[in-house]
Amino acid sequence: MAVMSYIDAVTMALREEMERDQSVFILGEDVGKKGGVFKATAGLYEQFGESRVLDTPLAESAIAGVAIGAAMVGKRPVAEMQFADFIMPAVNQIISEAAKIRYRSNNDWNCPLVIRAPYGGGIHGALYHSQSVEAIFANQPGLKIVMPSTPYDVKGLLKAAIRDDDPVLFFEHKKAYRLIKGDVPEEDYELPIGKADVKRKGEDITVITYGLCVHFALQAAEKLAKDGIEAEVVDLRTVYPLDKEAIIESASKTGKVLLVTEDNKEGSIISEVAAIIAEHCLFDLDAPIQRLAGPDVPAMPYAPTMEKYFMMNPEKVEKAMRELAEF
Amino acid sequence: MENRHEKIGLTDETVRKMYETMLLARRLDERMWLLNRSGKIPFVVSGQGQEAAQVGAAFALDRNQDYILPYYRDAAVVLAFGMTVKDLMLAAFAKAEDPNSGGRQMPGHFGQKKNRIVTGSSPVTTQVPHAVGIALAAKMDKKEYVSFVTFGEGSSNQGDFHEGANFAGVHKLPVIFLCENNQYAISVPADKQLASVKVSDRAIGYGMPGYTIDGNDPIEVYRYVQEAADRARRGEGPTLIETMMYRLTPHTSDDDDRSYREMEEVEKAKLSDPLLTFRKYVKETGVLTDEQEQQMEHAIQQIINEATDYAEQAPYPRQEQTLDFVYAEKEQGGAV
Amino acid sequence: MAIQRVTMPKLGESVTEGTITKWLVKVGDYVNKYDPIAEVLTDKVNAEIPSSFTGVIQDIIAKEDETLSVDDVICTINTEEIAEVVEKQEETVQPAAAVSTDHRARYSPAVLKLSQQNGIDLSNVKGTGKGGRITRKDIQALIDAGVQTKQQTKSQQDVVRTNGGDTIIPLDGIRQTVAANMVRTKQEVPHAWMMIEVDVTKLVQYRDSIKQPFKENEGFNITYFAFFVKAVARALKEFPEMNAMWAGDHIVRKKEINISIAVAADEKLFVPVVKQADEKSVKGIARDVNDLAKKARSGSLRQEDVTGGTFTVNNTGSFGSVQSMGIINYPQAAILQVESIVKRPVIIDGMIAVRDMVNLCLSLDHRVLDGLICGRFMNRVKELLENASEETLPVY
Repeated sequence: MAVMSYIDAVTMALREEMERDQSVFILGEDVGKKGGVFKATAGLYEQFGESRVLDTPLAESAIAGVAIGAAMVGKRPVAEMQFADFIMPAVNQIISEAAKIRYRSNNDWNCPLVIRAPYGGGIHGALYHSQSVEAIFANQPGLKIVMPSTPYDVKGLLKAAIRDDDPVLFFEHKKAYRLIKGDVPEEDYELPIGKADVKRKGEDITVITYGLCVHFALQAAEKLAKDGIEAEVVDLRTVYPLDKEAIIESASKTGKVLLVTEDNKEGSIISEVAAIIAEHCLFDLDAPIQRLAGPDVPAMPYAPTMEKYFMMNPEKVEKAMRELAEF
Repeated sequence: MENRHEKIGLTDETVRKMYETMLLARRLDERMWLLNRSGKIPFVVSGQGQEAAQVGAAFALDRNQDYILPYYRDAAVVLAFGMTVKDLMLAAFAKAEDPNSGGRQMPGHFGQKKNRIVTGSSPVTTQVPHAVGIALAAKMDKKEYVSFVTFGEGSSNQGDFHEGANFAGVHKLPVIFLCENNQYAISVPADKQLASVKVSDRAIGYGMPGYTIDGNDPIEVYRYVQEAADRARRGEGPTLIETMMYRLTPHTSDDDDRSYREMEEVEKAKLSDPLLTFRKYVKETGVLTDEQEQQMEHAIQQIINEATDYAEQAPYPRQEQTLDFVYAEKEQGGAV
Repeated sequence: MAIQRVTMPKLGESVTEGTITKWLVKVGDYVNKYDPIAEVLTDKVNAEIPSSFTGVIQDIIAKEDETLSVDDVICTINTEEIAEVVEKQEETVQPAAAVSTDHRARYSPAVLKLSQQNGIDLSNVKGTGKGGRITRKDIQALIDAGVQTKQQTKSQQDVVRTNGGDTIIPLDGIRQTVAANMVRTKQEVPHAWMMIEVDVTKLVQYRDSIKQPFKENEGFNITYFAFFVKAVARALKEFPEMNAMWAGDHIVRKKEINISIAVAADEKLFVPVVKQADEKSVKGIARDVNDLAKKARSGSLRQEDVTGGTFTVNNTGSFGSVQSMGIINYPQAAILQVESIVKRPVIIDGMIAVRDMVNLCLSLDHRVLDGLICGRFMNRVKELLENASEETLPVY
């Protein structure tokens, strides 16, 4: 067991999967010699060569589309979108093609593809290097969307994504890359896609979130614990399809639920979580379902004041948790 | 008439088979229109006038290993690659047994893994990057196959065409890009679609040879596609071939082409209908006798009749099958 | 003069720390603003850090090859300049509206559910939530502490004092269950009550005329009660609203008409069920009642004999009662008590006549039913009974 950063867990999972399975290959912009703009693929070009760590032309739809083609004939491509913000040109390929290939061919064809992309703000990335794009894809049956919070989860879930027989979008929080460190076992392991994880047990309130916000909630929970408030923190890990069972279980247990995302509030992942709770847990609710999210403006601005206003942080989460506990 | 097929190594038998496939595609297409107009099938998208290029190209490929990514008018291509009339008829009637999609997609959305016919969608040209990806897999795994992808001249304006062609050019991948230039993208003529004179002019930008050829001549198309396939297998990269033809029918069964083109133009084009011109060729070169032709027509009629009856009586998918195959089905009794 | 602090800069979008690989200045050196002062290595770049100030290096804090977090101080510089005024933006905090709202009577679904399940009277609970709101945790704490039960037991023990010679009878399981059900029903169900008078002279004549031959042929008695059950079952078929149950957030109208009947045996109360009473003849009902009563007395009732009831008919008349208020058999919507048949003078067409009269008393769950529908139902029962004859209520 070694302590490593979130991004090193990405690299480790990629390396191990490429060593394990010849059909796994990486393609994307700057993923080869440079090892990626964030260094997520560092060292892989040297180890596996140009043919398996492919620097592509700067054209996102082709990256996705070529990966889809290769996946359909048995390869296991891992495509990198340099920033989640730049996935937009590839949306047609992802939604019209990857998501529907199995369904439209009546199970004749399938598309075992992983698309990795760094998302999220708080890094002075402004409008086009800070976005959370998961909600765009989260009403597309056929896709799976994984958003891990810890290095341990990164490794187990990225391996599961690569081995999955359907397309998986794997969004990594770029602020977490070097900020979040944790134990990662050296051995091979997979974590189940579609399963949430209770990162902290508690009886008083439930916080349901994912990605970097999990850490904000955990930090806030420790502070609240000093005042005798025990918060349960549920890490969705897979934001589509959602783990309804885990959501219902925790919401019913405490009756007070705070949902947190860094994304814009309306139509976000947590809106769907709120709907699930409303449908299933009415008679167990002890307070209105609370959503804490970014403001409904197009994206995160550059100026530090505005970025701070938009960006989620432990203080905002703590305040919302405290208010809910006191309700 | 000069025998041109012997020069490029085509036997009479193969040429007769090519004509038969064209004729089969045409008669099937005509039947689809009848079924539509009698209210039995909701939709037809037609390939009439494009059979020569489709058959010429398909016969030039290795139909035992190459992958094809057809677009919606390519019934003749998929017939040449092993899909049956019955399969296509089942798709037209949206029946459970349809191998393309199990009754999920509209007709013309071909796909059949066992024959390496890659499943397609309706947004145009998305299949081009897929063809490139399949070719990339061939190169990575050092396999011999090529991928063959078709699209219309209107579709050659899509970003996916340009992104895919460039990718294939950069990585010298074994892809054949075949444009079926039938002069119309629904109602908009080619001169309103293309700033360049020819689609093939675009090839140079992506580091590959580009040709514009007579799409009404299956022998000519065969020659070019065969050469492109050889190049691809030699590792020399992709080729763009633009085949010139004319769409003899409206865009689909829901389209009335009288609103945007003169019927005289259509009538004129029918004079060079490839089925007529190629029929003349096979008759005059002695590849096909009158008697053989009669037998051929009769046999085709019978195949289509049987397929129509079969498909019409075949069961629809059950309602609850709507829910199947969103993701890989978990094995029975498998762990969560 | 001012001492300024130089911090580890953030050299990349995901970078959180950096390592000084080499200092390019030493303490006492004079540096101009933007002069390089150190080489730094981060995960993403290798760069020189420029000085942010003009002045003399006062102190070098970061050691070479030491990894520091972004914003940690790496050195200080003694400057001639006036300290830069770092504009600290006042964070505008909207003061929360200081309106004290009383939320004591605003109950969440969770609180209502828990309190109902545990028979807790919310008016006695002190809330700890916002505005005095009772929270789920408040109720849970009461349940966990067993407060409710203790309070009840205590108060009752206080009231009931035993003197010498009094007998204390311990509660057996059945008595406890009956007691709990009765308490629950009486507390939870808003009972309403209604009584009608029925002239059963014809029924009495009819029954008396067949009593003897029936006994001879069938081997058991044909009771009045069977006719009452039959009449009720028939009326229930016409008024399905009565054959219903309260289910918290909805009402369930039952399809089957299964009549619960009360049978007392050895100080125990059993409530077996005549299944599908609407489909049975008077004789069939009489046989069921006879069999169920036998089973009750011999203690051989089975689970299926006592479950599935949708409406209760209670033969209170057998104890000589002429008027009573039944407690509804939970979760049914109503119970009908058949009182004693007595001969009374009544006025018919201006003349006094002696008639066989009976009172029928109905207790109803007012959440499910109201007076109008019950009145109609009772009148239908009355009509059926008053016109009872070989033709209208045949035994077979």
